Amino acid sequence: MIGRHRHLIGLEELDRGEILQVLQLAASMKEVLRRPLKKVPTLRGKAVVNLFFEASTRTRSSFETAAKILSADALNWTAAGSSVSKGETLVDTARNLEAMRPDVLVIRHAASGAPRLVAERVGCAVVNAGDGAHEHPSQGLLDAFTLAEHFTRAAGGGPEAAPDFGLLAGKTVAIVGDVSHSRVARSGLHCLPKLGAKVRVCGPPTMIPAGIERMGAEVHHALPDAVKGADAVMMLRIQHERIGDPLIPGTREYSKFWGLNARKAEEWLSPGACILHPGPINRGVELAPEVADGPRSVILDQVQNGVAVRMAVLYLLAGGGEAHV
Amino acid sequence: MSELLFIEGGRVIDPSGGVDGLRTVVVRDGRIAEVAERVERPREARVIDARGRWVTPGFVDLHVHLREPGQEYKETVATGARAAVAGGFTTVAAMANTSPVNDNASVTELVLARAAAAGLARVRPVGCVSRGQKGEELAEYGELKAAGCVALSDDGRPVASPALMRRALEYARAFDLPVAVHEEDPSLAGKWAMHEGAAATRMGLKGMPAQAESAMVWRDVELAELTGGRLHLQHLSTAGSVRALREAKRRGLRVTGEAAPHHLALTDEDLARAGYDTSWKMNPPLRSAEDRRAVQEALADGTIDCVATDHAPHSAVEKDLEFDAAANGIVGLETAFAVCLGLVRQGLLSERRLVEALTAAPARAFGLAAGTLAPGAPADVAVLDPAAEWRVEPERFHSKGRHSPWKGAALTGRCTHTLVDGRLVHGS
Repeated sequence: MIGRHRHLIGLEELDRGEILQVLQLAASMKEVLRRPLKKVPTLRGKAVVNLFFEASTRTRSSFETAAKILSADALNWTAAGSSVSKGETLVDTARNLEAMRPDVLVIRHAASGAPRLVAERVGCAVVNAGDGAHEHPSQGLLDAFTLAEHFTRAAGGGPEAAPDFGLLAGKTVAIVGDVSHSRVARSGLHCLPKLGAKVRVCGPPTMIPAGIERMGAEVHHALPDAVKGADAVMMLRIQHERIGDPLIPGTREYSKFWGLNARKAEEWLSPGACILHPGPINRGVELAPEVADGPRSVILDQVQNGVAVRMAVLYLLAGGGEAHV
Repeated sequence: MSELLFIEGGRVIDPSGGVDGLRTVVVRDGRIAEVAERVERPREARVIDARGRWVTPGFVDLHVHLREPGQEYKETVATGARAAVAGGFTTVAAMANTSPVNDNASVTELVLARAAAAGLARVRPVGCVSRGQKGEELAEYGELKAAGCVALSDDGRPVASPALMRRALEYARAFDLPVAVHEEDPSLAGKWAMHEGAAATRMGLKGMPAQAESAMVWRDVELAELTGGRLHLQHLSTAGSVRALREAKRRGLRVTGEAAPHHLALTDEDLARAGYDTSWKMNPPLRSAEDRRAVQEALADGTIDCVATDHAPHSAVEKDLEFDAAANGIVGLETAFAVCLGLVRQGLLSERRLVEALTAAPARAFGLAAGTLAPGAPADVAVLDPAAEWRVEPERFHSKGRHSPWKGAALTGRCTHTLVDGRLVHGS
C-alpha cells in the first residue's frame, strides 16, 4: 500500500504524505544500488508482470531491474506478437495474466485510463507505467527525487548524501516542450506543487493544452521567460509524429525557439540550475549534445533514481515483509 | 359499444391546449374525448387513478437509435419501443444509421413493420440525407417520405460537404421534410474522446473543441437562409451553437433545435469525476459548465425547442474497453423525464415548459400529429409521478443498452402509465 492506495495509477490522487512515503523509501533503496552485491531478498516469491502495450526500453528495463534487485520474479509481456494482435480486449488480456497470480501488474498503454480500467478488473496491485497523455507516476516521482538530490548537493551535501525533500519548497521548475501530449508533464504538475515547488510550462501554443493553468502551471510561450530564474529545467522529447500534425512546422524552427543549447543555457539559466529529460533525447532538437552531456545535466541520475523509486513502489504494493534492505 | 377510460384526479399539463390543472381525461375508442374538470363517469368506464400525478400528452422523442436492422444485439425496434413507453414516450423518431442504413423504402417499411408488430410506441423513421450516409449524393427523399419517413438525417456523422448540405436543404423543400443534422466539423474535431478543456487536459484525453460544433451550426444557419429549407439542429451542446440558433430564429429562418438530457444535466468535470467510465462517453461529448448553462437557458426560453434523448444503446463489446476505444452513445429513454425534472427542481425550467419541450414542441419541429390531448387526437398519454424516488439499475432497463451515466443514481420522477391509442402499453 502507498498510504491509502492499493495501486499506483497517478500522482493526482496521492497526497504529500504518500508521495514522501515513496520518496523516502526510495532513498533507502538507492543505498542498495550502491552496494557491490545488488540483491536483497525482500520480495522473494513475489511475481511482477510487466505488461507493455507501447514500445519502451527504459521504463520496462527499470521496472525489471527493480524487481530483480528485490528478488521478485519478473515476466515481460509485450503487445507485439501477443494475443492483442488477434483482437483480444485489454480486459481479457489483463484477466488472463491475472490468472497467473502475479502480485503486481505494471502496465503501459497508449490509451489514457487503461491502467485504471485494469485495476478495476483484477485482484493484484497495478502500477501505471505510462498511459496515453494522462500520467507516468513513477517518472514524476523519480523526477522529484532527482531534483531533491540535486538541491541537496547544491546545498553542500556530499555526492552520496540522502536527498532532503524539504529543499523542493520554494523552487521553480520549468517544463519545456510538447506539454499537450506529455504524461511526464502532467505527473510533474501533480507532484511538484505538493512538495512546495512551482511549475512553469513552456512551448509553442499548439503544444500547450487547454486549461493547463488550472493544474497550477504558469504558462509561457517564450523560452527565456520560462527558464530565467528557474532552479531546474525539464526538456520534453519532441515526437516526430507531431511534426505536421500540424503542431509545429518542423524541427529546425522548433529547435531554434524552444531547444536548449550551451549558449542559451549560459545566457538564461541560473548558475545552479540543472537540466532534466525523461528520455530518449532527440539530440539537436530539444537538447543540444553539449547540454545533455554537460555539467548541468542530471539525466543519468534520473535513470538510476528511476530504479530506486520503482523498487520502493514495487515493495510498497507487493506487500513485502519488513523493509530490511 | 364504445370503450371508455377515465384518467381521474391528476394534474393535466397539456401546453398544446394551454391546460394546466386538475382535470379528468376521458378516452373513448382510443381517442381523447374530453379533458374537463367535472365529468360524470359511467359505470362501465375503466379508471386510472392519477391523484398526485401529472397527466400529459405522451412524450415525443425526435432522436433515438433503435439499431434494427443490423445491430439487433444492441437494440431492436421492439425493445427500444418498450423502453420508450416505459419512459413516457409514445412517439420516437428512429435514426437512419442502421445496417443497412435507411436510405430506401424497404428499410423504412421494415422498421415500420417491426414497430407495428411490437404495438408499443409509434416509431417514425428518419431517412438518410445522403445515399449510404456517405455524404456524396442525395438520397431519394420522395420515396422515403412516401414510405413513412418524417425527416432526414445522416446522424452519427455530420454532413461534411457544404455543397451537399445546401442541395439537401433545397431538395427536401419539395417534400416539406426537415433536415436534421449532427453538427461536427470532422477536420476541426479530429480524433477525440471528450470535450476539449481543463478536464480533458487532466485526463490526458484528446479533446474536441466546442467550435467544431458551433462552426458547423453557423454554416448551416447560413445555408438555411440561402435555401429556405427546414433545418433541425440535433443534440446542441455548446454556448456557441445556442448563439447561432438564436440568431437564426431572430432572422425568422425555419430552424429548430433539440438538447439531450445529459447535456442539460452533466459536464466534462462530472465525467472526470467518474474516471474513465465509458457510460459517460457520447457524441457530442459532455461540455463545460458554461456550455451547459447556455443550453439550459436556451431550452428554458424556447430558443432550443425540445428535449431529445439521443438514446444510443451499445453492448459490452463496444463499451467494455479503454475510453479511447469505446463507442460513443448512452441510453436515455428511461431516465429522460427524471433527469429533466431535476432541472425543474433546480429552478432552471418551469414545469409547463418541460412538458412542452417533451410533447408539443418536438411534434411541431417535425410536423407530427402528436404531443397533444386535444379532443379527437389519438389517446397517447403519459401519467407521471413527479415524486417517485427510484434508483437507476441498468440491468432492469427495458432497453438492451446498459450504459447510463446515472447508473446507481437516485432520481425522482417516473412514468407510471403510458397509453398509445388509448391502450395501456406501460403500467397497470
